[in-house]
Amino acid sequence: MYTQMVDVSERGLDENSEQQRIFDDKIDRGVTIEADDWMPRAYRETLVRQISQHAHSEIVGMLPEGNWITRAPSLERKCILMAKVQDEAGHGLYLYSAAETLGTSREAMIDALLSGRSKYSSIFNYPTLTWADVGAIGWLVDGAAIINQIPLTRCSYGPYARAMVRVCKEESFHQRQGFEVLTTLCRGTPDQKALAQDALDRWWWPAVMMFGPPDAESKHNERSMRWKIKLYTNDELRQKFVDQTAPQADFLDLAIPDPDLAWNGERGHYDFGSPNWTEFYDVVSGNGPCNRERLRARIAAHEDGAWVREAAVAYAEKRKQ
Amino acid sequence: MSEAEPKDWPLWEVFVRSAHGLAHKHVGSLHAAGPEMALQNARDVYTRRNEGASLWIVRASDIVATQPEDREALFTAAEDKPYRHPTHYTVPEGVKNL
Ligand SMILES: [Fe+2]
Ligand SMILES: [Fe+2]
Repeated sequence: MYTQMVDVSERGLDENSEQQRIFDDKIDRGVTIEADDWMPRAYRETLVRQISQHAHSEIVGMLPEGNWITRAPSLERKCILMAKVQDEAGHGLYLYSAAETLGTSREAMIDALLSGRSKYSSIFNYPTLTWADVGAIGWLVDGAAIINQIPLTRCSYGPYARAMVRVCKEESFHQRQGFEVLTTLCRGTPDQKALAQDALDRWWWPAVMMFGPPDAESKHNERSMRWKIKLYTNDELRQKFVDQTAPQADFLDLAIPDPDLAWNGERGHYDFGSPNWTEFYDVVSGNGPCNRERLRARIAAHEDGAWVREAAVAYAEKRKQ
Repeated sequence: MSEAEPKDWPLWEVFVRSAHGLAHKHVGSLHAAGPEMALQNARDVYTRRNEGASLWIVRASDIVATQPEDREALFTAAEDKPYRHPTHYTVPEGVKNL
Protein backbone atom coordinates (compact mmCIF):
# COMPACT_ATOMS: atom_id res chain seq x y z
CA MET A 1 0.00 0.00 0.00
CA TYR A 2 2.17 2.82 -1.25
CA THR A 3 0.91 6.32 -1.91
CA GLN A 4 1.06 7.78 -5.37
CA MET A 5 3.83 10.10 -4.25
CA VAL A 6 6.40 7.31 -4.44
CA ASP A 7 7.70 6.70 -7.90
CA VAL A 8 8.21 3.13 -9.01
CA SER A 9 11.93 3.16 -9.62
CA GLU A 10 12.83 4.51 -6.21
CA ARG A 11 10.42 2.09 -4.60
CA GLY A 12 12.13 -0.85 -6.24
CA LEU A 13 15.51 0.42 -5.15
CA ASP A 14 14.34 0.96 -1.59
CA GLU A 15 12.97 -2.50 -1.15
CA ASN A 16 16.05 -4.37 -2.25
CA SER A 17 18.75 -2.22 -0.77
CA GLU A 18 20.89 -3.00 2.23
CA GLN A 19 19.75 0.32 3.70
CA GLN A 20 16.13 -0.77 3.50
CA ARG A 21 17.01 -3.99 5.31
CA ILE A 22 18.73 -2.04 8.11
CA PHE A 23 15.76 0.32 8.35
CA ASP A 24 13.21 -2.51 8.55
CA ASP A 25 15.32 -4.24 11.16
CA LYS A 26 15.44 -1.09 13.32
CA ILE A 27 11.67 -0.67 13.06
CA ASP A 28 11.15 -4.31 14.06
CA ARG A 29 13.49 -4.01 17.04
CA GLY A 30 11.91 -0.74 18.17
CA VAL A 31 15.06 1.33 17.59
CA THR A 32 14.12 4.96 16.87
CA ILE A 33 14.91 6.42 13.48
CA GLU A 34 16.82 9.70 13.70
CA ALA A 35 16.98 12.61 11.27
CA ASP A 36 20.33 11.68 9.73
CA ASP A 37 19.49 7.97 9.33
CA TRP A 38 18.56 6.56 5.95
CA MET A 39 14.81 6.13 5.57
CA PRO A 40 12.53 5.14 2.68
CA ARG A 41 11.20 8.10 0.77
CA ALA A 42 7.57 7.18 1.49
CA TYR A 43 8.29 7.03 5.23
CA ARG A 44 9.80 10.51 5.06
CA GLU A 45 6.92 11.88 3.03
CA THR A 46 4.30 10.33 5.26
CA LEU A 47 5.96 11.86 8.31
CA VAL A 48 6.27 15.30 6.72
CA ARG A 49 2.59 15.22 5.83
CA GLN A 50 1.48 13.97 9.24
CA ILE A 51 3.72 16.19 11.37
CA SER A 52 3.07 19.36 9.37
CA GLN A 53 -0.70 18.75 9.49
CA HIS A 54 -0.39 18.19 13.20
CA ALA A 55 1.50 21.49 13.51
CA HIS A 56 -1.08 23.35 11.42
CA SER A 57 -3.83 21.96 13.69
CA GLU A 58 -2.13 23.43 16.75
CA ILE A 59 -1.78 26.82 15.06
CA VAL A 60 -5.29 27.00 13.58
CA GLY A 61 -6.58 25.55 16.85
CA MET A 62 -5.67 28.81 18.57
CA LEU A 63 -8.35 30.70 16.61
CA PRO A 64 -11.62 29.28 18.04
CA GLU A 65 -10.36 29.81 21.60
CA GLY A 66 -8.41 33.02 21.08
CA ASN A 67 -11.76 34.39 20.09
CA TRP A 68 -12.87 34.09 23.75
CA ILE A 69 -9.87 35.47 25.65
CA THR A 70 -11.30 38.98 26.00
CA ARG A 71 -14.74 37.64 26.89
CA ALA A 72 -13.78 34.95 29.42
CA PRO A 73 -15.90 35.59 32.54
CA SER A 74 -13.13 36.42 35.05
CA LEU A 75 -9.52 37.58 35.16
CA GLU A 76 -8.43 34.08 36.20
CA ARG A 77 -10.28 32.48 33.30
CA LYS A 78 -8.67 34.98 30.93
CA CYS A 79 -5.21 34.12 32.25
CA ILE A 80 -5.89 30.39 32.00
CA LEU A 81 -7.20 30.64 28.46
CA MET A 82 -4.30 32.82 27.39
CA ALA A 83 -1.83 30.30 28.84
CA LYS A 84 -3.57 27.47 27.01
CA VAL A 85 -3.61 29.27 23.67
CA GLN A 86 0.07 30.16 24.14
CA ASP A 87 0.81 26.47 24.77
CA GLU A 88 -0.88 25.58 21.48
CA ALA A 89 1.41 28.03 19.67
CA GLY A 90 4.34 26.27 21.33
CA HIS A 91 3.02 22.86 20.24
CA GLY A 92 2.86 24.12 16.68
CA LEU A 93 6.48 25.31 16.90
CA TYR A 94 7.80 22.03 18.37
CA LEU A 95 6.08 20.16 15.57
CA TYR A 96 7.26 22.42 12.75
CA SER A 97 10.81 21.93 14.08
CA ALA A 98 10.33 18.15 14.10
CA ALA A 99 9.08 18.23 10.50
CA GLU A 100 12.04 20.39 9.43
CA THR A 101 14.46 17.66 10.51
CA LEU A 102 13.05 15.69 7.57
CA GLY A 103 14.26 18.28 5.10
CA THR A 104 11.21 20.45 4.53
CA SER A 105 11.40 24.18 5.26
CA ARG A 106 9.20 26.18 7.62
CA GLU A 107 8.41 28.53 4.78
CA ALA A 108 7.18 25.68 2.57
CA MET A 109 4.94 24.32 5.30
CA ILE A 110 3.40 27.70 6.12
CA ASP A 111 2.86 28.25 2.42
CA ALA A 112 1.10 24.89 2.11
CA LEU A 113 -1.24 25.85 4.96
CA LEU A 114 -2.03 29.35 3.74
CA SER A 115 -2.61 28.25 0.16
CA GLY A 116 -5.05 25.58 1.36
CA ARG A 117 -2.94 22.67 0.02
CA SER A 118 -2.27 21.24 3.46
CA LYS A 119 -4.98 20.09 5.85
CA TYR A 120 -5.47 20.59 9.57
CA SER A 121 -7.81 18.88 12.01
CA SER A 122 -11.43 19.22 10.88
CA ILE A 123 -12.55 20.06 14.45
CA PHE A 124 -11.28 23.63 14.22
CA ASN A 125 -13.71 24.44 11.44
CA TYR A 126 -16.60 24.55 13.90
CA PRO A 127 -17.57 27.84 15.59
CA THR A 128 -17.26 28.68 19.30
CA LEU A 129 -20.64 30.28 19.93
CA THR A 130 -20.75 30.48 23.74
CA TRP A 131 -18.41 30.40 26.74
CA ALA A 132 -19.45 26.79 27.35
CA ASP A 133 -17.80 25.93 24.01
CA VAL A 134 -14.43 26.84 25.50
CA GLY A 135 -15.10 24.29 28.25
CA ALA A 136 -16.24 21.68 25.72
CA ILE A 137 -13.12 22.20 23.61
CA GLY A 138 -10.78 21.68 26.57
CA TRP A 139 -12.68 18.64 27.81
CA LEU A 140 -13.44 16.92 24.48
CA VAL A 141 -11.02 18.27 21.88
CA ASP A 142 -7.92 18.36 24.07
CA GLY A 143 -9.13 15.09 25.62
CA ALA A 144 -9.23 13.47 22.18
CA ALA A 145 -5.89 15.03 21.27
CA ILE A 146 -4.27 13.52 24.38
CA ILE A 147 -5.53 10.04 23.47
CA ASN A 148 -4.09 10.53 20.00
CA GLN A 149 -0.78 11.96 21.16
CA ILE A 150 0.22 9.71 24.06
CA PRO A 151 1.03 6.71 21.82
CA LEU A 152 2.96 9.05 19.51
CA THR A 153 5.55 9.59 22.27
CA ARG A 154 6.63 6.02 21.40
CA CYS A 155 6.50 6.36 17.61
CA SER A 156 9.45 5.30 15.47
CA TYR A 157 10.69 8.76 14.46
CA GLY A 158 12.79 10.23 17.28
CA PRO A 159 12.26 13.98 16.76
CA TYR A 160 8.47 13.51 16.49
CA ALA A 161 8.35 11.27 19.57
CA ARG A 162 10.38 13.77 21.62
CA ALA A 163 8.18 16.69 20.55
CA MET A 164 5.17 14.67 21.65
CA VAL A 165 6.63 14.14 25.12
CA ARG A 166 6.71 17.91 25.66
CA VAL A 167 3.26 18.36 24.15
CA CYS A 168 1.67 15.66 26.32
CA LYS A 169 3.16 17.12 29.49
CA GLU A 170 1.55 20.46 28.73
CA GLU A 171 -1.72 19.09 27.43
CA SER A 172 -3.20 17.70 30.62
CA PHE A 173 -3.99 21.10 32.13
CA HIS A 174 -5.88 21.96 28.94
CA GLN A 175 -8.32 19.15 29.44
CA ARG A 176 -8.75 19.81 33.15
CA GLN A 177 -9.45 23.51 32.77
CA GLY A 178 -12.13 22.70 30.19
CA PHE A 179 -13.76 20.16 32.48
CA GLU A 180 -13.65 22.70 35.31
CA VAL A 181 -15.40 25.32 33.16
CA LEU A 182 -18.20 22.84 32.47
CA THR A 183 -18.38 21.64 36.09
CA THR A 184 -18.87 25.24 37.18
CA LEU A 185 -21.59 25.82 34.58
CA CYS A 186 -23.34 22.55 35.46
CA ARG A 187 -23.49 23.53 39.12
CA GLY A 188 -24.89 26.95 38.24
CA THR A 189 -28.32 28.15 37.16
CA PRO A 190 -30.55 26.09 34.82
CA ASP A 191 -29.56 28.48 32.03
CA GLN A 192 -25.88 27.83 32.63
CA LYS A 193 -26.45 24.09 32.69
CA ALA A 194 -28.38 24.37 29.41
CA LEU A 195 -25.41 26.21 27.92
CA ALA A 196 -23.15 23.29 28.84
CA GLN A 197 -25.57 20.74 27.36
CA ASP A 198 -25.83 22.76 24.16
CA ALA A 199 -22.05 22.82 23.84
CA LEU A 200 -21.83 19.05 24.33
CA ASP A 201 -24.59 18.56 21.74
CA ARG A 202 -22.61 20.48 19.15
CA TRP A 203 -19.07 19.27 19.96
CA TRP A 204 -19.65 15.57 20.66
CA TRP A 205 -19.77 14.24 17.11
CA PRO A 206 -17.00 16.45 15.71
CA ALA A 207 -14.82 15.23 18.61
CA VAL A 208 -15.66 11.58 17.85
CA MET A 209 -14.67 12.24 14.23
CA MET A 210 -11.27 13.66 15.26
CA PHE A 211 -9.82 10.14 15.19
CA GLY A 212 -10.36 9.98 11.44
CA PRO A 213 -12.41 7.66 9.23
CA PRO A 214 -13.26 4.10 10.32
CA ASP A 215 -10.42 1.59 9.95
CA ALA A 216 -12.11 -0.07 6.97
CA GLU A 217 -11.94 3.20 5.02
CA SER A 218 -8.63 4.51 6.27
CA LYS A 219 -6.05 4.44 3.50
CA HIS A 220 -2.84 4.86 5.47
CA ASN A 221 -3.58 2.93 8.64
CA GLU A 222 -1.93 -0.34 7.73
CA ARG A 223 1.34 1.05 6.41
CA SER A 224 1.70 3.59 9.21
CA MET A 225 1.17 0.82 11.73
CA ARG A 226 3.90 -1.26 10.09
CA TRP A 227 6.23 1.72 10.33
CA LYS A 228 5.19 2.37 13.93
CA ILE A 229 4.16 5.92 13.11
CA LYS A 230 0.75 4.82 14.30
CA LEU A 231 0.47 2.39 17.20
CA TYR A 232 -3.32 2.09 17.47
CA THR A 233 -5.97 2.23 14.76
CA ASN A 234 -8.49 5.08 14.44
CA ASP A 235 -11.29 2.88 15.78
CA GLU A 236 -9.24 1.68 18.76
CA LEU A 237 -8.47 5.26 19.76
CA ARG A 238 -12.07 6.32 19.22
CA GLN A 239 -13.29 3.53 21.50
CA LYS A 240 -10.84 4.65 24.16
CA PHE A 241 -12.15 8.20 23.91
CA VAL A 242 -15.80 7.15 24.30
CA ASP A 243 -14.98 4.81 27.20
CA GLN A 244 -13.12 7.56 29.00
CA THR A 245 -15.56 10.40 28.29
CA ALA A 246 -18.96 8.79 28.87
CA PRO A 247 -18.54 8.47 32.67
CA GLN A 248 -17.29 12.08 32.81
CA ALA A 249 -20.51 13.22 31.09
CA ASP A 250 -22.44 11.22 33.71
CA PHE A 251 -20.57 13.08 36.43
CA LEU A 252 -21.59 16.40 34.88
CA ASP A 253 -25.13 15.05 34.53
CA LEU A 254 -25.03 15.93 30.83
CA ALA A 255 -26.48 13.73 28.08
CA ILE A 256 -24.22 12.64 25.24
CA PRO A 257 -26.25 13.13 22.04
CA ASP A 258 -26.03 9.50 20.90
CA PRO A 259 -29.09 7.23 21.35
CA ASP A 260 -26.92 4.17 20.71
CA LEU A 261 -24.48 4.92 23.52
CA ALA A 262 -24.69 2.14 26.11
CA TRP A 263 -22.32 0.20 28.33
CA ASN A 264 -21.66 -3.28 26.98
CA GLY A 265 -20.60 -5.46 29.90
CA GLU A 266 -19.67 -8.33 27.64
CA ARG A 267 -17.19 -6.30 25.64
CA GLY A 268 -16.14 -4.21 28.60
CA HIS A 269 -16.62 -1.13 26.43
CA TYR A 270 -19.30 1.36 25.51
CA ASP A 271 -21.23 0.71 22.32
CA PHE A 272 -21.86 3.88 20.34
CA GLY A 273 -23.36 5.13 17.12
CA SER A 274 -21.65 6.11 13.90
CA PRO A 275 -20.95 9.77 13.19
CA ASN A 276 -22.12 11.45 10.02
CA TRP A 277 -19.09 10.74 7.85
CA THR A 278 -20.50 12.69 4.94
CA GLU A 279 -20.26 15.78 7.12
CA PHE A 280 -16.69 14.82 8.03
CA TYR A 281 -15.56 14.58 4.39
CA ASP A 282 -17.40 17.78 3.65
CA VAL A 283 -15.54 19.66 6.38
CA VAL A 284 -12.20 18.10 5.42
CA SER A 285 -12.65 19.16 1.82
CA GLY A 286 -13.17 22.79 2.83
CA ASN A 287 -16.90 23.19 3.36
CA GLY A 288 -17.23 23.23 7.14
CA PRO A 289 -18.91 26.14 8.91
CA CYS A 290 -15.65 28.06 9.43
CA ASN A 291 -13.06 26.75 6.92
CA ARG A 292 -12.87 29.98 4.95
CA GLU A 293 -12.91 32.18 8.04
CA ARG A 294 -10.06 30.23 9.67
CA LEU A 295 -7.86 30.42 6.62
CA ARG A 296 -8.64 34.08 6.11
CA ALA A 297 -7.65 34.79 9.73
CA ARG A 298 -4.35 32.90 9.30
CA ILE A 299 -3.52 34.68 6.07
CA ALA A 300 -4.34 38.07 7.59
CA ALA A 301 -2.15 37.32 10.64
CA HIS A 302 0.71 36.30 8.35
CA GLU A 303 0.41 39.34 6.12
CA ASP A 304 -0.14 41.80 8.95
CA GLY A 305 2.99 40.45 10.61
CA ALA A 306 5.17 40.91 7.53
CA TRP A 307 6.56 44.27 8.67
CA VAL A 308 7.60 42.77 12.02
CA ARG A 309 9.54 40.02 10.26
CA GLU A 310 11.18 42.53 7.95
CA ALA A 311 12.11 44.79 10.86
CA ALA A 312 13.58 41.82 12.77
CA VAL A 313 15.79 40.90 9.81
CA ALA A 314 16.90 44.51 9.34
CA TYR A 315 17.79 44.75 13.02
CA ALA A 316 19.75 41.48 12.99
CA GLU A 317 21.64 42.64 9.88
CA LYS A 318 22.49 45.95 11.50
CA ARG A 319 23.76 44.27 14.68
CA LYS A 320 26.07 42.06 12.62
CA GLN A 321 27.90 45.07 11.13
CA MET B 1 17.23 16.17 1.13
CA SER B 2 17.54 19.80 2.08
CA GLU B 3 15.19 22.25 0.44
CA ALA B 4 15.55 24.92 3.11
CA GLU B 5 14.92 28.21 1.41
CA PRO B 6 17.09 31.17 2.32
CA LYS B 7 13.93 33.05 3.30
CA ASP B 8 13.67 31.07 6.53
CA TRP B 9 15.42 32.68 9.47
CA PRO B 10 18.48 30.78 10.75
CA LEU B 11 17.84 27.75 12.94
CA TRP B 12 19.00 27.82 16.56
CA GLU B 13 19.29 24.91 18.96
CA VAL B 14 18.11 25.54 22.51
CA PHE B 15 19.70 24.16 25.68
CA VAL B 16 18.16 24.62 29.12
CA ARG B 17 19.79 24.13 32.52
CA SER B 18 17.20 23.29 35.13
CA ALA B 19 17.36 24.67 38.65
CA HIS B 20 18.42 21.28 39.99
CA GLY B 21 22.10 21.62 39.21
CA LEU B 22 22.10 19.42 36.10
CA ALA B 23 23.99 20.29 32.93
CA HIS B 24 22.36 22.18 30.07
CA LYS B 25 20.16 19.81 28.11
CA HIS B 26 19.02 20.09 24.50
CA VAL B 27 15.27 20.80 24.42
CA GLY B 28 14.56 21.72 20.82
CA SER B 29 15.11 24.32 18.17
CA LEU B 30 13.60 27.49 16.75
CA HIS B 31 14.04 30.07 14.02
CA ALA B 32 15.05 33.64 14.80
CA ALA B 33 16.54 36.55 12.89
CA GLY B 34 19.37 37.06 15.38
CA PRO B 35 20.77 35.92 18.72
CA GLU B 36 18.73 38.24 20.98
CA MET B 37 15.50 37.25 19.30
CA ALA B 38 16.52 33.60 19.56
CA LEU B 39 16.99 33.99 23.33
CA GLN B 40 13.66 35.74 23.76
CA ASN B 41 11.82 33.14 21.69
CA ALA B 42 13.55 30.30 23.54
CA ARG B 43 12.39 31.79 26.80
CA ASP B 44 8.80 31.95 25.52
CA VAL B 45 8.73 28.59 23.79
CA TYR B 46 10.77 26.36 26.11
CA THR B 47 10.59 27.79 29.64
CA ARG B 48 6.97 28.70 30.30
CA ARG B 49 6.78 26.46 33.38
CA ASN B 50 9.94 27.19 35.35
CA GLU B 51 11.84 24.58 33.38
CA GLY B 52 15.08 26.46 33.51
CA ALA B 53 17.51 28.72 35.31
CA SER B 54 19.76 29.27 32.28
CA LEU B 55 19.52 29.14 28.49
CA TRP B 56 22.12 28.43 25.83
CA ILE B 57 21.41 29.20 22.21
CA VAL B 58 23.62 27.80 19.46
CA ARG B 59 23.27 28.39 15.76
CA ALA B 60 22.46 24.98 14.31
CA SER B 61 24.93 25.48 11.46
CA ASP B 62 27.76 25.92 14.00
CA ILE B 63 27.28 22.49 15.53
CA VAL B 64 29.86 19.89 14.57
CA ALA B 65 28.36 16.40 14.66
CA THR B 66 29.34 12.81 13.93
CA GLN B 67 27.81 11.20 10.85
CA PRO B 68 25.73 8.00 10.99
CA GLU B 69 28.33 6.22 8.81
CA ASP B 70 31.05 6.99 11.38
CA ARG B 71 29.15 5.21 14.10
CA GLU B 72 31.00 1.93 13.80
CA ALA B 73 34.48 3.40 13.66
CA LEU B 74 33.85 5.75 16.57
CA PHE B 75 31.70 3.86 18.98
CA THR B 76 32.02 0.10 18.57
CA ALA B 77 35.67 0.05 19.70
CA ALA B 78 34.50 0.40 23.28
CA GLU B 79 32.40 -2.73 23.07
CA ASP B 80 35.28 -5.17 23.58
CA LYS B 81 36.71 -3.34 26.58
CA PRO B 82 34.56 -4.66 29.40
CA TYR B 83 37.44 -4.06 31.84
CA ARG B 84 36.47 -0.38 31.77
CA HIS B 85 33.39 -1.22 33.82
CA PRO B 86 33.41 -2.16 37.50
CA THR B 87 31.12 -5.12 36.80
CA HIS B 88 34.06 -6.81 35.02
CA TYR B 89 35.71 -7.57 38.34
CA THR B 90 34.75 -10.17 40.93
CA VAL B 91 34.86 -8.93 44.46
CA PRO B 92 35.94 -11.76 46.80
CA GLU B 93 33.28 -12.73 49.29
CA GLY B 94 33.51 -10.91 52.57
CA VAL B 95 35.40 -7.91 51.17
CA LYS B 96 33.52 -4.70 51.87
CA ASN B 97 33.56 -1.09 50.61
CA LEU B 98 35.09 -2.01 47.24
FE1 LIG C 1 -1.88 21.19 21.63
FE1 LIG D 1 -4.18 21.55 23.98
